[in-house]
Amino acid sequence: MKADPKGVLTGAHYLDGDYACAEGAIAAGCRFFAGYPITPSTEVAERVAQRFPEVGGVFIQMEDEIASSIAILGASWAGKKSMTVTSGPGFSLMQEHIGLAAMLETPCVIVDVQRGGPSTGLPTLTGQADMMQVRWGSHGDYEIIALSPNSPQEAFDLTIDCFNLSELYRVPVFLMMDECVGHMTEKVVIPKPEDIELVERRWYTGPKESYLPFKPDEDLVPRMVKAGDGYRFHVTGLTHDERGYPVMNWQAQEKLVRRLVEKIRKNADKIIRYEEEETDGADVVIVSYGISSRVAYKAISDARKQGIKVGFLRLIVVWPFPEKRIYELAGKVKALITVEINYGQIALEVERCAKGRCKTLLVPHGGGWVHNPDDILDAIKEGLK
Amino acid sequence: MSEIEANIPSTTQTTAGHPREGLLRMDRMPHIWCPSCGIGPTLSAFLIALEKSNLNLDKVAVVSGIGCTGRVAGYVKLDSFHTTHGRPIPFATGLKLANPELKVVVFSGDGDLVAIGGNHLIHAARRNIDIVVICVNNFIYGMTGGQVAATTPETAICSTAPYGNFETPFNLPHLMDTCGAVYVARYTALDIRRLSNAILEAFNKKGFSFIEVIAPCATLYARLNRLGTGLDILKYYHDNSVIKHNADPRELEIKFQGPIIVGKFVDRERPTFLDAMNQRFKTVLGDKYQLYGMTDECVPEAVVEGGER
Ligand SMILES: Cc1ncc(C[n+]2csc(CCOP(=O)(O)OP(=O)(O)O)c2C)c(N)n1
Ligand code: SF4
Repeated sequence: MKADPKGVLTGAHYLDGDYACAEGAIAAGCRFFAGYPITPSTEVAERVAQRFPEVGGVFIQMEDEIASSIAILGASWAGKKSMTVTSGPGFSLMQEHIGLAAMLETPCVIVDVQRGGPSTGLPTLTGQADMMQVRWGSHGDYEIIALSPNSPQEAFDLTIDCFNLSELYRVPVFLMMDECVGHMTEKVVIPKPEDIELVERRWYTGPKESYLPFKPDEDLVPRMVKAGDGYRFHVTGLTHDERGYPVMNWQAQEKLVRRLVEKIRKNADKIIRYEEEETDGADVVIVSYGISSRVAYKAISDARKQGIKVGFLRLIVVWPFPEKRIYELAGKVKALITVEINYGQIALEVERCAKGRCKTLLVPHGGGWVHNPDDILDAIKEGLK
Repeated sequence: MSEIEANIPSTTQTTAGHPREGLLRMDRMPHIWCPSCGIGPTLSAFLIALEKSNLNLDKVAVVSGIGCTGRVAGYVKLDSFHTTHGRPIPFATGLKLANPELKVVVFSGDGDLVAIGGNHLIHAARRNIDIVVICVNNFIYGMTGGQVAATTPETAICSTAPYGNFETPFNLPHLMDTCGAVYVARYTALDIRRLSNAILEAFNKKGFSFIEVIAPCATLYARLNRLGTGLDILKYYHDNSVIKHNADPRELEIKFQGPIIVGKFVDRERPTFLDAMNQRFKTVLGDKYQLYGMTDECVPEAVVEGGER
């Protein structure tokens, strides 16, 4: 399916990451937005509020993030592509409905423009410390997909990918931006509508009587219908069977939760995306994402000038995590070094996946600013030892 | 459950079937509600109103939160959503705004809608989101075992107010009136006919309608407060509820075992969220703006003719 020309501002623009994300959503066909203002994500909402009347969408500023995060689920069940946007504290408030979205297998996109925390922390300054919250923040077991852009161009492109992945796997998909990318202005090229490929919702098309809301296809994802189409279906956040009816026993729990987890884990190879540079023959490999990856480039080029063989693995899809690739690399290098604006979230994953085959180092940062490239260079030298 | 109640032969399951079978998920019966709970009759009143209405039932969606009342969504044979505690109204808001063709009914408990969900309730009324809210007020939290609610009358005993409640309860019709609901009514679960008529009226209103149903929680509220059986409570409603349409909403508070004023209190017209949105955008953007979810005829005349700039 191609993008609706109405929503696509084809051409080259100067946009910040927040605006680019809004344009990506509109190009992807998002026509319902519910949100609550919070720095540094607010510009996404402002841009959507400005643009939606031109494209036939509904924008509503809800009373809080709790409301926003469930309003988008209602809208999705009414057949619209829907999204909300927030930052740290608002993201924490949304957690219960991230679980509901996973449980009801509701396509939706949630953007978190990360700032420094915990608590109110550094509202206007950057951070990358929600990476574990997005993975594990709601209660219970479930899997999500999260992408992380490192430029306004990617904020546009990856927002479209978020919508496509959420329709394909019927999961909430997250764009884990950071304040720097959100507020950085760069050239963004918006393609022609016919060059934007969109994934259509996987509608159920069989006979009405035999519709089962949670009967999975072979790839473990069930087909969807929407309210008002005459199926008279029921869905519940309680553990349920294929009919969507609650069933309170461990067998039903095992069947449902296993599938919610496996539909992502078993398709992980299709979802995972990263950018790799000069890892062949590298002595150390930097692992990074978002704004930190751009700072790491500087340290990497400094190191290369000194003759050090440094490779680079930039995560585009952060969850599911590229476990296999990290394991392979760990068998070939002296050290894997994670650069991120937190005290070790993705670094823990790298360490887990390396399984002791090489040194694993973290270049931490508390948030509020980006790394000093010299600190990364020092870590590279430490890794060589 | 008393021994007498336990021994009542279950006739409904063996004879001709339930009168509203077509609207219920019979494959989920028996339901979880206690004998003489007020949720069942409230559901009956809702189904009667549905039958009497000329609504296309394929386009009716029911959204519930969590609690004994919240289970309603699971029993109706309609598009139905059992969501999270306190949040059915924002879910319904998304559903309705994304597809304005739907008739969206939120059916939940007082704890769900007024305590944890209070913020959503007042804002949906203020915005005049076009949904019907049916609030079963049993003065207590049923599902979690009889804790104090935002509606518990002063001095009533609850499991977390063992010495009697000392907080001031909400007067829900007054709250909803001041927030701008276009239709506000209250009946007891005894008065199924009036209650179903009120629900029917609410179906025909455009905008945010709120119906409070005073319902017995025979198992918890009645037992903790020594009010007898569910039947005793219904008798109490019979003797102590007073119909007073258009009563001043400020005077509708409910005292412990005091009189219960019922009736229709608010019935007004006000642009809904989508009406106001369409009106504003048409005024400012003119013909560039395509009306959302309605045709040109539906927009108030003043706007079609030009309006201010
Ligand atoms: C976030 C959250 N907090 C608390 C609960 C526990 N809980 C379930 S139902 C309920 C109260 C229900 O009371 P009410 O809405 O009055 O409904 P009733 O059971 O009386 O019909 C509570 C507190 C929950 N499910 N979720
Ligand atoms: S506990 Fe109370 S509210 Fe819940 S089903 Fe029983 S009587 Fe009804």
